[in-house]
Amino acid sequence: MTLLKLEPRREQSRGMMLAAPVIAVGLTLVVGAIVFTLLGHNGLAAIYEIFIRPLFNPYRWQDLLVKAAPLAIIAVGLAIGFRANVWNIGGEGQYILGGLAGTGIALLTLDMSGGWILPVMLVCGILGGMAWAAIPAALKTTLGVNEILSSLMLNYVAIQLLYYLMRGPWKDPMGFNFPQTAMFSADQTLPYAIPGTLIHLGIPIAIAIALTAFGVMTRTITGFQVRVVGLAPKAAAYGGFGAASTVWLALMVGGGLAGLAGILEAAGPFGQMVPQFPTGYGYTAIIVAFLGRLNPLGILAAALVLALTYVGGESAQTTIGLPSAAAGVFQAMMLFFLLATDILVRYRIVSGSPATARTAPASETGTAGSSEAAKPKTVTA
Amino acid sequence: MAGKAMAPRLELKDISKRFPGVIANDQVSFQVPAGAIHALLGENGAGKSTLVKIIYGVQQADEGEIVFDGEPVHIGSPKEARALGIGMVFQHFSLFEAMTVLENIALGMDNPPPRRELEARVREVLKSYGLSLDPHRYVHTLSVGERQRIEIVRALLQEPKLLIMDEPTSVLTPQEVEQLFETLRRLASEGCSILYISHKLHEIKALCESATILRGGKVVGSCDPREESARSMAEMMIGGSLKDLSGKENCTYGEDRFVVSNLSAPGEPPFGTSLKDVSFSVRSGEIFGIAGVAGNGQNELLAVLSGEEQNDVSGSIILDGQELAGTSAGARRKAGLASAPEERNGHAAVPAMNLTENAILSARGRMGLASGGIIKSGASRDYAARVIDAFSVKATGPGAAAGSLSGGNLQKFIMGREIMQNPTVLVVSQPTWGVDAGAASFIRQAMIDIVDKGASIVVVSQDLDELLELCDRLAVINEGTLSEAMDVKGISIERVGMLMGGIHGGGEGAAATGKQEGVAA
Repeated sequence: MTLLKLEPRREQSRGMMLAAPVIAVGLTLVVGAIVFTLLGHNGLAAIYEIFIRPLFNPYRWQDLLVKAAPLAIIAVGLAIGFRANVWNIGGEGQYILGGLAGTGIALLTLDMSGGWILPVMLVCGILGGMAWAAIPAALKTTLGVNEILSSLMLNYVAIQLLYYLMRGPWKDPMGFNFPQTAMFSADQTLPYAIPGTLIHLGIPIAIAIALTAFGVMTRTITGFQVRVVGLAPKAAAYGGFGAASTVWLALMVGGGLAGLAGILEAAGPFGQMVPQFPTGYGYTAIIVAFLGRLNPLGILAAALVLALTYVGGESAQTTIGLPSAAAGVFQAMMLFFLLATDILVRYRIVSGSPATARTAPASETGTAGSSEAAKPKTVTA
Repeated sequence: MAGKAMAPRLELKDISKRFPGVIANDQVSFQVPAGAIHALLGENGAGKSTLVKIIYGVQQADEGEIVFDGEPVHIGSPKEARALGIGMVFQHFSLFEAMTVLENIALGMDNPPPRRELEARVREVLKSYGLSLDPHRYVHTLSVGERQRIEIVRALLQEPKLLIMDEPTSVLTPQEVEQLFETLRRLASEGCSILYISHKLHEIKALCESATILRGGKVVGSCDPREESARSMAEMMIGGSLKDLSGKENCTYGEDRFVVSNLSAPGEPPFGTSLKDVSFSVRSGEIFGIAGVAGNGQNELLAVLSGEEQNDVSGSIILDGQELAGTSAGARRKAGLASAPEERNGHAAVPAMNLTENAILSARGRMGLASGGIIKSGASRDYAARVIDAFSVKATGPGAAAGSLSGGNLQKFIMGREIMQNPTVLVVSQPTWGVDAGAASFIRQAMIDIVDKGASIVVVSQDLDELLELCDRLAVINEGTLSEAMDVKGISIERVGMLMGGIHGGGEGAAATGKQEGVAA
């Protein structure tokens, strides 16, 4: 019997840090194919339809970019928080509130015209996301409420608020009683970056945001603060970085960017506000952030991969009748395998004979703390 | 005992142990006779800990043989070691603060007897060795010396033939040390061998009759500590001659520069220590020491002085006439107050970041390593390189991760980073904790050099010898209260020890003994 052991590495492996997302995507494809085969679908065809075929269709490429842009914008904001150990799970709610705030401006300015309207909508979208994120920030800094729970729960509040506005005050009076707002005017709609395509202004904005965030994280004291707080909170206090200011910073950036993504979607692909506005970008962005290694440039690449599951998942519904939940299954598997492979950043696999495994230090009640011998975790293969 | 008088209690033959990249023990051989108190000497990293872990069965040797009472033995686990009659008292205690003494003892035993029987046996051991400890007290109410007694009782209950003590006195007051030595001498006279690990050479001189000296994993000599001087043993340990600190004598004191008055702050619940009305003042050109047993408010004091802790702090901190209480850590640094906390990894430095980034952590304001919120990477790298150079930090360069440096080198970097900012006042805790002798003397010299130039230093340390060597005046902190300052010249060690013990410890005085008896009855 051969035993595989996990042995702590002396230093984190940089190579593994970059390889882990690739391994995770690979495992997702293999296991996904097996799972869908067992469910009675053609597993290999499902993989092909979702992950390969969209790549050969130029029209799908545009779709990919359109889906990737909001994912990247939200994920960049979340990643800055995650770096600082501020776990903002409320991207979805902040995205909705950003969309609603911008829509509010749009509804107020329906009869007006001018180039100033769209910028005002975008700013209000950012402020809307920030306002929604300010609630967990205030709760965390004044009462110590865990931001994971408060930000997550506010997502459901945001959805209900959206439903209320769509069915009540903001319903289009000329809309045959459909629960949706009026269509935005030309001055309220996002222009195309490349005319004649689906590529709207949000896509260059997403790229610019990722590049800016990369510069901020590596070159500024603010980025330094975020990294120190995440790596060693006590050292951050020693260095003069306040814990409360970091929580606010992380949630304001996360909320603001999610809000911006929201209004870009409303003013872009949707062109109005509808109850189907939340499509889970706020949650998927969490996966994007981790798959991109919390690095803004990595996030751009990861956003494309996750966008592929959206685009491919939609087309697989029509072509081979895969359920719409299939995309979600693949996204979840990706995060699952990523978290699992991440252990290889800190540990490496070594094979050991059973004899050496047996002489691993016996666990010691009472004196366990003092015998700090590196205890290898033993796994039977 | 007479029958086994010929065979040594413990004999190690050519023990070797390798870890990836290092040989921790290289062909180590020595003997400990029955009833002997034998010292294992060596600097940090000399291989002492690995060796005792092998003897206690925590780790296994790659090569070599352990002979116990004349029989070759294989010690596969601490349980097997205890079955042979080997007991060990670790440097860091593993006790549950929210449980009683008796519960803790029972948890550490392989087959604890029923509660009532155990209590009777514990009381018997306490009585026969003259140790005072109430089995029903909760651990968090005990002093460090009393906590150590729990570990000793736990070992004694197994009736050991060999007792390993790993740095047992690093947290004790002088009186507690004397009491511990009496217990150990008594044990030895009953035939129990003691393997004593320490770097405090005058204690080894007072206690041990033989010593093995390790350097770089190898045995480099043996001696009779009673016939050596502390200095000669230290030189054997480091394998070179020891440098004297210079320049301490010609200090001139200026006026009061750093005045702390009536400083109070709540401790971190549940077991933190509150600071109560702490007052002291330091003149320019002076090193002021704060002695005390760990956990008496030292970390809290440092955090309040550096500005890391702001909640519910009252009192005043004045530097050169400027009130600093209520200002942020960054503002205090700008005003000239530098600090270095006890814990290097994760507090004074970020292990995962490189030395350039660690320089930015505390020196960005005073050294202009950033402007308008943008990091000046060139200037930062230069400053880190200058610190590395001036303090002879062994590192591959400013790009080396702080976590890749040895403890001593990281401490040199941290001290260098603070000292080269030219602070008016430097507050530092345990500046040479776990640092080898060469680096320790370098750090102390650097501290003396800046007070010579007119700065003031506050040193918080548990190492009384270090404070006596460095400081001009010192005060003792106990349970968050600071004693009045005393001149180090002509200081009474006994008085310092009493202050360190405070109302705890039961080392001296009828009051303490009476209290213990009162509770026990």
